[in-house]
Amino acid sequence: MIIAVASGKGGTGKTTIAAGLVLALRDSGRKAAYLDCDVEEPNGHIFLAPQCNESDDIFIEVPEIDRDKCTLCGKCAEICAFNALLVTAGEVVVFPELCHGCGGCRYFCPAQAVRPGRKKIGTVDRGTAGRAAFVRGELDVGTALSPPLVHAVKKNRLPTGVNVVDAPPGASCPAVAALRGADFCILVAEPTPFGLHDLALAVQMAGSIGVPCGVVVNRAGDGRGLIDHYCLREGLPLLMKIPLSRTIAEAGSRGIPLNRAEAGWDRMLLLLYSDIEGLIRNERAHGNQRQGRNG
Amino acid sequence: MRIAVSAAGSSIDSSVDERFGRCAFFVLFDENTGQTRAISNDGVSAAEGAGIKSAGLLLRNHVDVVVTGRVGPKAMQALLAGRVAVYTGVAGTVAGTMEQYRRGMLSPLGIPNAGLHNGKTGKEMPVE
Repeated sequence: MIIAVASGKGGTGKTTIAAGLVLALRDSGRKAAYLDCDVEEPNGHIFLAPQCNESDDIFIEVPEIDRDKCTLCGKCAEICAFNALLVTAGEVVVFPELCHGCGGCRYFCPAQAVRPGRKKIGTVDRGTAGRAAFVRGELDVGTALSPPLVHAVKKNRLPTGVNVVDAPPGASCPAVAALRGADFCILVAEPTPFGLHDLALAVQMAGSIGVPCGVVVNRAGDGRGLIDHYCLREGLPLLMKIPLSRTIAEAGSRGIPLNRAEAGWDRMLLLLYSDIEGLIRNERAHGNQRQGRNG
Repeated sequence: MRIAVSAAGSSIDSSVDERFGRCAFFVLFDENTGQTRAISNDGVSAAEGAGIKSAGLLLRNHVDVVVTGRVGPKAMQALLAGRVAVYTGVAGTVAGTMEQYRRGMLSPLGIPNAGLHNGKTGKEMPVE
């Protein structure tokens, strides 16, 4: 099973929930993995304190031009959607920083003059946090292209057990890459107008790739039911609320997970999990199968 | 020599555009034939690499010199690779700028004078 934790808005508490959930599942004796797909700023290791013993460099394919074979026909530059190639009178100039690694130039080159070169975009670290599996992607500084790295992290998911994907914020390609193929998505929102606005975007994103979702409100307090009303209107399950609490905030700032900050959260997080299990079962029973392909 | 001026419109009376990658048109002057024509710049709608796309357009149209305002690092690399000379200091209309260029009043550019994505946000820069 794959549960993604996403948010739309940044800083709402995705990692707090994702790491807390993995710890609660682990400590209840279940097989669980934490997959940090927030590759631009992975920080789940702060809560989980894992031991990482394996690290892989992740590459994307970038074109290398064989100048002996190249006829300067311009086909490669013509089909490149990201303008990563320029054909001049004497050579083809490659701009690897714009390349998305699709391989289209190599596929369409009539002279077979494009070789698959490679460009490192980041690393994937693997290890364990106690009995839980821990995987983290980290994008290289200056690299703009994260979805291939998100996919590389997700390849390490457990075949059985509960995989918790800590997704990047936002509602564009990196977040979509993290969500695709998930059985369920927890959307973490804060009860502010900004939080509501970005939650609505994230709900649309999850809907458009067919991943069922539910909402966890973080820093709940005097939000005047902002998120509650939205969930009611949209028919979204409101799964849990974490109050605006100085104790939890202080623990978080010291890298102490929710489960250790206050008594009772382990149980709450397990309840959250069993609610999600129920929702997934329900989703399947009603034939409301997700359309998203496995990413 | 074929000279291109980055412009907001397609005639010699149009306003110039300081942005190289995201100008709407290039107005082309052919010194050999004395002809003038405009080409629309498809780089204007590119999500990324607008300057490279514009440079490719100029190369396909055999342009030797481009007269514009701001050129970012990737566009500059592309123009250097294509051996297109760059002059900056466009102002007013295309015709006025061409006149300035012919009188040698504009300065050649060898290194980028703008950052990445410089033409993306600001709509129109004030033209002195």
